[in-house]
Amino acid sequence: MALTQEEILADLAEIVEEVAGVDKEEVQLDKSFTGDLDVDSLTMVEVVVAAEEKFGVKIPDDAVKDLSTVGDAVSYIEKNQAA
Amino acid sequence: MTARKSVVVTGVGATTPLGGDAASFWDGLLAGRSGVRTLTEDWAEPLPVRFAARIAVEPSELLKPVEIRRLDRSAQFALIAAREAWKDAGFEGKFAEPTRLGVMVGSGIGGVTTLLSAYDALVAKGPRAVGPRTVPMLMPNSPAAYVGLEFDARAGVHAPVSACATGAEAVGHAIEMIRSGRADVVLAGGTEAAIHPLPIAAFANMMAMSKRNDEPERASRPYDVDRDGFVLGEGSGILVLESAEHAAARGARVYAEAAGVGFSADSHDIAQPEPDGRGVAEALANALVDADLSPSDIRHLNAHATSTPRGDIAEVMAFTKVLGSAAENVAISATKSMHGHLLGGTGAIESVATVLALHHRQAPPTINVDQLDPEITLDVVRDKPRALPEGQIAALNDSFGFGGHNVVVAFRSA
Repeated sequence: MALTQEEILADLAEIVEEVAGVDKEEVQLDKSFTGDLDVDSLTMVEVVVAAEEKFGVKIPDDAVKDLSTVGDAVSYIEKNQAA
Repeated sequence: MTARKSVVVTGVGATTPLGGDAASFWDGLLAGRSGVRTLTEDWAEPLPVRFAARIAVEPSELLKPVEIRRLDRSAQFALIAAREAWKDAGFEGKFAEPTRLGVMVGSGIGGVTTLLSAYDALVAKGPRAVGPRTVPMLMPNSPAAYVGLEFDARAGVHAPVSACATGAEAVGHAIEMIRSGRADVVLAGGTEAAIHPLPIAAFANMMAMSKRNDEPERASRPYDVDRDGFVLGEGSGILVLESAEHAAARGARVYAEAAGVGFSADSHDIAQPEPDGRGVAEALANALVDADLSPSDIRHLNAHATSTPRGDIAEVMAFTKVLGSAAENVAISATKSMHGHLLGGTGAIESVATVLALHHRQAPPTINVDQLDPEITLDVVRDKPRALPEGQIAALNDSFGFGGHNVVVAFRSA
């Protein structure tokens, strides 16, 4: 069953907290990974790999470039998650 | 000729099998405790050696989860010891003059547990499972780099690698870095985290390790007739070295003068020590000249003494050859009997111990010497600490590594 936007955000926030050491309350849809959450390029790779495993989606490197905010990532996962 | 800069030790930090900071490490040394324990992990079961000296306080108790995730265990140890040393020296936060701060922190093997677990992940789950931080975690300069980032060191961040001489070599190069004028303050030391079945199997197959599985606390026994090899330990020691002028200008407490260093190389064999201790003697002689010390000034030696049958003898022969009859007045401590052999970290925690011995005027004991090897004719401090004389005295810490690296660091009482 497909996850809702709220459910994806909650799970993604946990991943970002674990991987980047950012408080999960800070991980909101309008936050920028690099600008607001201090997620550098290496950390982004860790977030992506953990998200692929968690949500069962493939996030190719080309797609990662377009994920600048948490909201971008949530939308991508929502659209591409296994039905 | 202009006078050479004096270098002093103003801070110490350590995380070791005897305690998670320099004070508890020192207390453990004076108490003659052993930090060696049986390894209870499943992977230890088939090994010929099933004991080691794990650090007393796990990094997860002191570091943030994200630091544990991003740093190899060896870098975690170095960061813990460096933060303690920095605070102990009276510094807070980043250094005020970054281009005058250096780092000299090495390890013998580097991020070996990171490398091996990344390989396990590759084999089990494929290339996507190899983390993007694997390289910055496994590289041997990673601990030095993280220490540099922590305090904003921009004068140069270096990572000497010379097997079991690494920690002492780092202290020696740090002295030279300050003397040369490249830095006013240098965080120097070594670290190692190699308690893993692969390094244990490899060292055991070299016939270098003790196999006294039924009595792990009695296994590290330098100078005893029944010694049968070294005991692997883990941990880190870091010293804050500083030009005497810089320390005086800020009114810093001085533990001891880092008076000089002697280096040499055996050029004999990749793993065996030169049997007459020729290279060791050359490094000792070089250290005395460099530190402007005469043999009679030396009153304490923190020996390399790893508890191997041949190495312990070669070291003592070299010591007697260089110091002559003055060698008899030196209180010799083989502290590996308690904390085991930390490989690249060993010269660093032993330098911390040597500095604290001068500061407290106490030589720590050597434990597990039931019957002194008759070839050891010098004054080994056994079982209980020994008071060191008052007045200006000096102490040495020597370390030797596979590859034939010999380093002797000389400290003078403050």
